Amino acid sequence: MMRFASLGQAALVALVVVYLLAVYLLPSQVWMGFTINALAMSIVALSWNITGGFGGMASFGHAAMYGTGAYASAVLQVQFGVNAWVAFAAGIAAGALMGAFIGALAFRYGVKGSYFALVTLAFAEVLRICASAFEITGAGRGLQLTLQPGVATLQFNNDRVLTYTLLLGIVALVMALTAWLKYSRFGAYLVAVRENEDAARALGIDTYRVKVTAMAISGAFGGLAGAVYLQLWLFIDSSVVYGVSISVTALIGPIIGGAGTVWGPLVGTLGLHLLGEGAKTALHGAPGLNFVLYALVLIAALRFLPQGLMGLAARIGVLGRKGGDDA
Amino acid sequence: MLEVRNLTKRFGGLLALSDASLDVPEGAIVGLLGPNGAGKTTCFTIIAGFTRADSGSVRLDGQDITGLPPHRICGLGMVRTFQIVQPFAGLTVQENIAVGAYLRHESRREALAEARRIGQRLGMGALLDRPAASLTIAGRKRLEIARALATGARLLLLDEVMAGLIPTEVTEIVGIIRQIRDEGHTFLMIEHVMQAVMSLAETAYVLNYGKMIAQGTPQQLVRDPAVVEAYLGHGAAARLQEAAHA
Repeated sequence: MMRFASLGQAALVALVVVYLLAVYLLPSQVWMGFTINALAMSIVALSWNITGGFGGMASFGHAAMYGTGAYASAVLQVQFGVNAWVAFAAGIAAGALMGAFIGALAFRYGVKGSYFALVTLAFAEVLRICASAFEITGAGRGLQLTLQPGVATLQFNNDRVLTYTLLLGIVALVMALTAWLKYSRFGAYLVAVRENEDAARALGIDTYRVKVTAMAISGAFGGLAGAVYLQLWLFIDSSVVYGVSISVTALIGPIIGGAGTVWGPLVGTLGLHLLGEGAKTALHGAPGLNFVLYALVLIAALRFLPQGLMGLAARIGVLGRKGGDDA
Repeated sequence: MLEVRNLTKRFGGLLALSDASLDVPEGAIVGLLGPNGAGKTTCFTIIAGFTRADSGSVRLDGQDITGLPPHRICGLGMVRTFQIVQPFAGLTVQENIAVGAYLRHESRREALAEARRIGQRLGMGALLDRPAASLTIAGRKRLEIARALATGARLLLLDEVMAGLIPTEVTEIVGIIRQIRDEGHTFLMIEHVMQAVMSLAETAYVLNYGKMIAQGTPQQLVRDPAVVEAYLGHGAAARLQEAAHA
């Protein structure tokens, strides 16, 4: 399944894999805790990548799906005492439904480009305000799961290595699904829609259906990311899970790493987190500084690395004639 | 195979198509001619389902397809190409053709194999792994035809597929189209390059100001006074006649 366009890409991916495995061996728990955060965020980056990367529908509101997944799972567990596994699955489903709903509405009226970004941002903001207003979503207080470590409650907070391993598994699964999508008919249709929607329609592609399906899949991944966040931290509130910072993190990782590639979102998210943490440590933890840095990196990447790190790596040590984003 | 009846389309105050009808029999190559702005592309976009007509009907193989969306029409066996070629830039030539082939082949392997087969048939065998964005205009025009063919369509609507090509490239595409027709496909083509129309089309229609003003073999049409006037202006036919007699 995995084919690399160049030695550079293979090396970049190898570096990431070596790092992820080395975390097990590093003596300091700080690295593992930090990487757990980065992996959790890379799920929402992978979610954005389906629509924004492959489908060319750049959303600025992936928090809408992320937060919906987190809230659906939290409301079921806290207000209705539903089993954590069932609630977790419901979170994924809720994310998918929210994605499909936003997509169905936006694409029904032909919204695209920056208008689509604005519509998704508006959805995320409306949901954020709703979540902070209604009692069932914990209003301004947020929702807190009862601490009850165990398999039945999906809480592994007392075992960092297990948490890390599970997250690695989830990220690997989402990436495997992404790779499978990429090499399926649906993936080809999605790229065709991104490159030229009229030509795609002429060739028999129901572009509306392709786009809404992409939003549903992306939403499922986003909901998964939100549900994972909830199980990690056991607490959510509207400004965290529906916040703009989630939407920004969702898109910045893939853009830096390489949108529309399988590895790009993980590479970008990890790289950014490393950079952000490094800067925080170097500058004694000025709050919010990592976002300033992200912005600078984003500007530089858009100017100098239009295909992200994976695109840059693809140009190093090209294998064969077929250049591009094959990984 | 294709019956277009009384299509009318207005854009604001402009009557783009007025009561236009045409027939494309199975296995034929039919031309659609007319000066710039005559309504040819509007006619195509309506037939292929991209725009709705204000009135009139389109039937494919006897089935009413008026107002169906483009992807349904493509599924029924009719596909259009674009005057401004529209390759999927991020994909290779083979992957571009495969996007069409996916309509009838769900698996990637089969779609790519079909794309390879069609690419080779159209003389693009050596270009299959190249990014589509690197193709020349002639290559892109071929790619449009290849993608359309890959959908398994039996009727191809070609919108100015010769425009912008040099004469040797025109000759090559003419050969390809004839070969595809002989394999059982039908064509309706908008064309400005008279060399192509004269050598390919058995029948042609001429549109002017949205109206069908003539129909016949290309040889008849170039002598038709109404056609000559549509292209060269009012009174041109008479002056040409005088010039010929003088």
